[in-house]
Amino acid sequence: MRRGLLIVGVLLLLSVIPLYAAAPPTVGLSLSTLNNPFFVDLRDGAQAAAKKMNVNLVVVDAQNDSAREASQIEDLIQKKVAVIAINPTDSDAIVPTIKKINAARIPVITVDRGANGGVVAAHIASDNVAGGKMAAQYVAKRLKGKGSVVMLEGIAGTSAARDRGKGFRDGLKAYPSIRLVAVQTADFDRAKGLSVMENILQAQKKIDAVFAQNDEMALGAIQAIAAAKREKEMFVVGFDAIGDALAAIKAGTMAATIAQQPKEMGRLAVENAVRIVKKQPVKKFTPVPLKLVTKQTM
Amino acid sequence: MESDRRSLAALRKLPLARLGSVLRRFGIVIAFALLVVILSLLSESFLTVSNLLNIARQVSINAVIAAGMTFVILTGGIDLSVGSVLAVSGAVIAGLLSAGRPLLVGIGAGLAVGAALGLLDGLIVTRGKVQPFIATLGMLTIGRGLTLVYTGGRPITGLPDAFVWLGAGEVSRIPVPVVIMILVFLISYGILTQTVFGRYVYAIGGNEEAARLSGVDVATHKTLVYVISGVLSAVSAVILTARLNSAQPTAGVGFELDAIAAVVLGGTTLAGGEGSIGGTLQGAFIIGVINNGLNLLNVNPFYQQVVKGAVILLAVLLDRRLR
Repeated sequence: MRRGLLIVGVLLLLSVIPLYAAAPPTVGLSLSTLNNPFFVDLRDGAQAAAKKMNVNLVVVDAQNDSAREASQIEDLIQKKVAVIAINPTDSDAIVPTIKKINAARIPVITVDRGANGGVVAAHIASDNVAGGKMAAQYVAKRLKGKGSVVMLEGIAGTSAARDRGKGFRDGLKAYPSIRLVAVQTADFDRAKGLSVMENILQAQKKIDAVFAQNDEMALGAIQAIAAAKREKEMFVVGFDAIGDALAAIKAGTMAATIAQQPKEMGRLAVENAVRIVKKQPVKKFTPVPLKLVTKQTM
Repeated sequence: MESDRRSLAALRKLPLARLGSVLRRFGIVIAFALLVVILSLLSESFLTVSNLLNIARQVSINAVIAAGMTFVILTGGIDLSVGSVLAVSGAVIAGLLSAGRPLLVGIGAGLAVGAALGLLDGLIVTRGKVQPFIATLGMLTIGRGLTLVYTGGRPITGLPDAFVWLGAGEVSRIPVPVVIMILVFLISYGILTQTVFGRYVYAIGGNEEAARLSGVDVATHKTLVYVISGVLSAVSAVILTARLNSAQPTAGVGFELDAIAAVVLGGTTLAGGEGSIGGTLQGAFIIGVINNGLNLLNVNPFYQQVVKGAVILLAVLLDRRLR
């Protein structure tokens, strides 16, 4: 008798739960890897936003394997999730999978890395142009609008190098008394940052600031400047906010770096997914703001 | 037979041959001198003591690897694994030193790793009868993977000052890496010109079968050549790691190409048996001077690769034409 009541009670409860559970939409988030603090932060930001906006978030981790990513997303399609947000392991390898999602009529969002094909409703990534501009403004302000600046560029032809360089040049346009005395590529590499900076130090007798398009090159340049005993003459600004760079800023050997905000990226992914579910318009590209990191802001 | 014919031809045009041999010996020097003159005219920063020392310091890394590569190429082989061997050795050295191990233990372990990987290369080539290109290509991939495993994909930092001195220090104004480079080349020159081993290296490259028939232990000597290349890659790792004050998981990517270019620019033929260690040093300097010059002149990075390739080809062409 008592057992019978219990069973009825449980059945009643179970029949009620789906009513509530059916209400929040389910969003799938496929990440390239969780073996990298950047993407862990991205996931945390997405989960926090999902909780806040009452979204059921399903996170899958492809462990940097395109094949695993494809099968995990197929599972998400089978689950009939409302929206799939993807941080692709590879912009080309993801295309067939995105076409599959398109065929299942599920909207797709790409995060951090884009896709080179298929229909994508929204793309969310850091705005490298804005980051370059931010670096230019920091340099200009610190130089009071006047001085000689060196830029170390990343691998020629990559979008990060192109966008960061464009932003930096655009940002400096407002300051005609600041001269870009040398622009040389060091391939995003620390060893090259060192030797290229050594060479530039030979050619340029007066340098006030160095902007490196990533922290690795900035750290190499710092070695070169220290070896030439010219660290009082100039300051160095990097990009990416990697651990070594943050340590250098704390130690005072590096002036600033531009940090991406992966948590913000995750939040914006979920927010866009919710807008799509509610049939509200979304932008094709949502730039994620970057953040200037200096000793003062740490 | 071939050499008979050649010496006959040489006898026939003796005075001309002498001029030819002068040009033959100094072709690459002339190319180098041309480059220096052009750069001196274009940039006032080029021909200064501090810039020349700067170039020598930058060249040291490639030059030391190229010295090892010279041994390998002289036997008719090739070592594509040098950049990866450098990365593994550098990571091991930095790993041990940052954990507080004594300087000599760290460096010793790094050199031992270089020797061991070189030995493996050599054994695969000689005992496994695998083409050097493929054997060392495999090691290139394995070494890069081992480095990523060992470092977890992150740079290793926190090295002691005494070690950093090896990269940044000076001995009476001469940078320490340059001193190391000079020592490596003096020793290599001695081995190649003054020892039986050196003569065997040339003999194996000239005609392996003939060397074998005249009683040379070809397998052992060929294996040793890869060990030398591995050890010198590790020596280069010491310089690079000290200069960067850290070991990078991506250190040395593409270094094999610069090293091979230096050896070939220096007049050593890829077929083996012919060439010199002094030529390799000049070849390394030509590459270093081009890199330095492009930076000094602030040449647009898009054009730099074109210029670099063109200058290397011109230097080799000039060298071949003069021969």
